[in-house]
Amino acid sequence: MKLKSGKELEAFRKKILAKKNPDKPCITVCGGPGCLARQCLEVRDAFVNEISSRGLADKVDIRTTGCHGYCEMGPIALVFPEGIFYQKLNVKDVGEIVEETIVNNRIVKRLLYSDETGRQVKIEKEIPFYKKQMRLLLSSNSKIDPHIFEDYLAIGGYTALAKVLTGMKPTEVLEEVKKSGLRGRGGGGFPTGRKWESTRDAKGDIKYVICNADEGDPGAFMDRSILEGNPHSVLEGMIIGAYAMGSNEGYVYVRNEYPLALKNVTIAIKQAREAGLLGENILGSGFGFDVKVNRGGGAFVCGESTALMASLEGKPGEPRAKYIHTSEKGLWDRPSNLNNVETWANVPLIINNGQGWFAGIGTESSKGTKVFSLVGKIKNTGLVEVPMGMTLREIIFDIGGGIPDGKAFKAVQTGGPSGGCIPESLIDMPVDYEQLTNAGSMMGSGGMIVMDEDTCMVDLARYFTNFLQGESCGKCTPCREGLLRMGEILTGITEGRGRMEDLSLIEDLSGVLKDASLCGLGTTAANPVISTMKYFRDEYVAHIRDRKCPAGVCRELITYGIDAGSCTGCGQCLKNCPSGAIEGEKKKPHVLDTAKCIKCGICYDVCKFDAVRKE
Amino acid sequence: MTIDESRLDSIIDEYNAEQGSLISILQDVQAEYKYLPREALEYVAGRLDIPRVQVFGVATFFKAFSLKPKGRRQIHVCMGTACHVRGSKKVLEEFERKLGIEAGSTTKDGEYTLETVNCVGACALGPVVMNNEKYHGQMTPIKVEDLLKKV
Ligand SMILES: Cc1cc2nc3c(=O)[nH]c(=O)nc-3n(C[C@H](O)[C@H](O)[C@H](O)COP(=O)(O)O)c2cc1C
Ligand code: SF4
Ligand code: FES
Repeated sequence: MKLKSGKELEAFRKKILAKKNPDKPCITVCGGPGCLARQCLEVRDAFVNEISSRGLADKVDIRTTGCHGYCEMGPIALVFPEGIFYQKLNVKDVGEIVEETIVNNRIVKRLLYSDETGRQVKIEKEIPFYKKQMRLLLSSNSKIDPHIFEDYLAIGGYTALAKVLTGMKPTEVLEEVKKSGLRGRGGGGFPTGRKWESTRDAKGDIKYVICNADEGDPGAFMDRSILEGNPHSVLEGMIIGAYAMGSNEGYVYVRNEYPLALKNVTIAIKQAREAGLLGENILGSGFGFDVKVNRGGGAFVCGESTALMASLEGKPGEPRAKYIHTSEKGLWDRPSNLNNVETWANVPLIINNGQGWFAGIGTESSKGTKVFSLVGKIKNTGLVEVPMGMTLREIIFDIGGGIPDGKAFKAVQTGGPSGGCIPESLIDMPVDYEQLTNAGSMMGSGGMIVMDEDTCMVDLARYFTNFLQGESCGKCTPCREGLLRMGEILTGITEGRGRMEDLSLIEDLSGVLKDASLCGLGTTAANPVISTMKYFRDEYVAHIRDRKCPAGVCRELITYGIDAGSCTGCGQCLKNCPSGAIEGEKKKPHVLDTAKCIKCGICYDVCKFDAVRKE
Repeated sequence: MTIDESRLDSIIDEYNAEQGSLISILQDVQAEYKYLPREALEYVAGRLDIPRVQVFGVATFFKAFSLKPKGRRQIHVCMGTACHVRGSKKVLEEFERKLGIEAGSTTKDGEYTLETVNCVGACALGPVVMNNEKYHGQMTPIKVEDLLKKV
């Protein structure tokens, strides 16, 4: 069925809403990446079986949705109409939930979230993890099944598109986005409206609009979750942008490692086409636009605009110099506008609520909310969405619940491989584009990796350098050779071969990388090294001068041993040691032969009595 | 190896033999064979009228492509940042020890391929390992043996 006007869209929406009974129970199972890794689909299937075997299939809906954000507590299910939040579910819990909550209208207390004081919480909003968030983009995920078009319409989907196509000139849309202060969520934070304007003003009949869903930052999954959980919101943003820029063709470039995102956006495109929201003469406006999906080839550098476009053309993803902007000559040498998934998803919100509303959220220079992937050494891992300007402390401690196992917070890494590490002394810093850059890091796409006292900062710098060296396309010498050398120097330091002169050598190399690389990969590649050297220089010095790794990570600089006083002789370490380096009789203290030890750390992990020591 | 030209033709025709669709075509070919046989690459180059060197250039540039056959079971250990800070390296090393191969290779019996990947987007559950299509979160070296036993 093709919707031929804004009115028809509204009539269709009314019909969908009329059919929905808000009191009908609905079990919403999170199918986001975290829950999937905890086998949530088995839980979902168990609900389906339980409901149908009780003959309740007509009376209860079951919905599989995108990520709810609180991955730590997965598998998660919400039971509507009340929205009861059940966590850490197991197939075995399903019968009880159906029996108690669906049939008898009672709560299964043992599956609720309880806070630190032991107080149990029934609904999402009251859980500390959610309380301080502002989930403008993410909250829709729990309300829709990404495969059901009607679900998106039921929450007001495509109203922004209808508003634009039936009553706004392209220039008015452009003004609205410009005034909103929206900046790119993919890396550099470039003002979106200004970027659109240069594509709009560029000469050429054919222009392209592209969505960057390459999400290369290793440790981040915001874009995956939006595209998987709410693909139509991204498409709606793209169609609105295309209208503003005068483009009729678009692409979504999806990361190779995200098969589900690829599937969900492909389904959404088909649905939008069938409904007449993509294709010719959208909603009778005379404006036409269609979108194709491309899979990435698994190369980090393809997130860079010119490399991405080369890859879309079927070529190796090598960046080119950008003295001519992609807004003038991009894909197939035609004017092209590239935005990140989250940037696109913000557009319908701005149109629906007005630029003034959007500009009212955030800080002077950074407007709206930002989604972060809060991971690493943190209690509440997951996806969080907060207004720009919230402090790191609020994000990490109030929302994230702080560091697990009583360890001390050490640093947080933002901005992915192009970003830097922010130490504890700056934890009260409000998070926005400028503040992060001033601290030697950057916003990037929203990765936020928390580190505790057990993380070695030199090892981390080596990690990022090796990552980037492996991902360098090799086109320009500073990046190709510079990163190789940088990696060698850092590896030398972590293996106890460092010299004090290495530190100034690293600084020199960093300068060359920054000044002489062709693309953003190379120019920012030294950030993780420079920022750790700035804030954690003593750790570098300890590795070089004392041949010690204070965090106990760098293998060549540590030795394992068993503390006879604490060892109970339980035998766990002996049983699990892969190299037979541990000996001892049951119930008597064990001994570790350092000559045989391969330093795999397994004994350290399995010992329940803290008897295995690292030095 | 002998390749099924008619199968390749139908993949190529789905993209109207467009040169710009080279990457998508190779992805579909790889889905068919689990790797890119040399003969298939040569055939694609011929049909798209692209120099072989360019097709091999693309096939070797992107990590998604493999020119070597893969094992029946593919183990991907995530080495992304979130997994790294939670000790993914130890997990990888345990796989290497247990399988007796290094990351990036296949066991002699063709059963297992062990590979690293930079983030599969399940970072909240790091360290993450993928066993074929299935995710396993919060991996530790101790859990490696059990995972390998699972069929
Ligand atoms: C090496 C490199 C990798 C990048 N990877 C991504 C990515 O994975 N996703 C993304 O949206 N932007 C990425 N970017 C930034 C893009 O080049 C581009 O600035 C962005 O997609 C523009 O969209 P925005 O203005 O909406 O942020 C990367 C940049 C560089 C230099
Ligand atoms: S800076 Fe690195 S990734 Fe960028 S073009 Fe040069 S070699 Fe390639
Ligand atoms: S870093 Fe391992 S899944 Fe993202």
